[in-house]
Amino acid sequence: MLRGLGELTWLEFKIFLREPLGAIGTIVVPVLVFIVFGRSAGPRLDPEASEGLLYVAVPVLAAVLISISAVLSLVTIIAVYREGGILKRLRATPLRPQTILSAHVAVKLLLTALTLVAVMLAGRRMAPIPDGVPLVGFVLALLISTVSILAIGFVIASIVPTARFAQPIGAAILYPMVAMSGIFVPVDTLPPALNHFARCLPLTYTVSLLQGIWAGDPWSAHLGDLAALGLVFALCTALSARVFRWE
Amino acid sequence: MECVEGLRRPEQGSITVLGLDPFHEVYRLQERIGVQLQQAQLQKRIKVWEAVQLWASLYKRKTADGDRLLEQLGLVEKRNAWFMTLSGGQKQRLFIALALINDPEVVFLDELTTGLDPQARRAIWELVRGMRDRGKTVFLTTHLMEEAERLCDRVAIIEHGRIIDVDAPARLVARHCPERSVVVATTDSRAAEHFGAIPRLEEVVEAGGQFTLRGQGEDFITDVIQCLSEHRIRVTEFRTVLPTLEDVFLKLTGHSIRD
Repeated sequence: MLRGLGELTWLEFKIFLREPLGAIGTIVVPVLVFIVFGRSAGPRLDPEASEGLLYVAVPVLAAVLISISAVLSLVTIIAVYREGGILKRLRATPLRPQTILSAHVAVKLLLTALTLVAVMLAGRRMAPIPDGVPLVGFVLALLISTVSILAIGFVIASIVPTARFAQPIGAAILYPMVAMSGIFVPVDTLPPALNHFARCLPLTYTVSLLQGIWAGDPWSAHLGDLAALGLVFALCTALSARVFRWE
Repeated sequence: MECVEGLRRPEQGSITVLGLDPFHEVYRLQERIGVQLQQAQLQKRIKVWEAVQLWASLYKRKTADGDRLLEQLGLVEKRNAWFMTLSGGQKQRLFIALALINDPEVVFLDELTTGLDPQARRAIWELVRGMRDRGKTVFLTTHLMEEAERLCDRVAIIEHGRIIDVDAPARLVARHCPERSVVVATTDSRAAEHFGAIPRLEEVVEAGGQFTLRGQGEDFITDVIQCLSEHRIRVTEFRTVLPTLEDVFLKLTGHSIRD
């Protein structure tokens, strides 16, 4: 069915790592930021205070930012590929369109998981991961969230006119969502109007899911979040299938 | 061209390639054809061999030997080079390799040599002739009439999406541009007078002792030579100008600048 998916994914992965800022920008920089941040803020992240909001917020914020940077990178790559006629050239082969796009999604998921694991390993000494945090579950939750945000990314990639606008437009749409998503201020404490608005943002459900899984909630406690992310994925995929431009 | 390759849905009419509908049976068709697109690019940092290997993995049918193709196309030394480091001619040769990787029955080449220098262009012409000699059907578009004249068995002239005429290049020239021109340089003052008597002469233009004689028919040049020798006109230059496909194209599509 998806002939060539494995080959294309592996190839795109290698090509991405050859970019001057590819591996450094996606994996090394987040790890460095985390280490620097951990060194300066580390002492204040007292394990005794692990009930504190910050202790949950830091890993979740880091995870969300990793996910968003993956999406922005995807939006840019798709825009560059479209502008350069690369998408068109790939389509003029027996490759199915969904294979071409799936390969990019697979690369981004792989990088997201790698970055998250690298950040956790690097931060292990300064901010030890508390016992009982289901790491595999957390990575899985982040991947589910990333797929959903990637679907939003595809809608953005469909509408940006040129590659030059891809990154800023994507950032302008995604980053403000982070502020409202409940990381900094719990959604329930927002004024009613903002509360309703926040509940329309997909990132709100991402944050809720990640926080819950980090805190050790069972998956069954977050079926609502999963359903919301599934809905975002389905809607955005359907929308971008209609408006996506190959050239 | 993109409708024929199955990349674009035709607004009207129907297309059949190898008995298949390019739009609805695009995947079956793509197994059997090779395509080189106008102004295509690949990933900047993909290596030549990686592109060839990826393409080879995409087809169900037995594919051509990628290394041999690279050898034939003079790309062996560039096997490990990134796409972005290739010259225009090398990129175009790589695209030809990718178009040939599935050993296709029909090869579509869209403005193959646009933007290439004369050496690269000639090298690619040799390749296309080679494909033709190996029995492949090559379907190419070009703005270069010289290219069409040298490579094609049959040429279709298209204006605003309509085919105006289709035939072998020589027959198109004979049909649409039967006139011949002879350029003669002479200081003989009686020359103009004698030239006027040549049969089927249509026009004489003189500029500083150089005459351009234009006439119809295959005997026209012989008639000019006969006239020169009969009247013992001493010439310092003599050349014939035969119409080319370019003249046919200009005649059929007009001389005004178009998009």
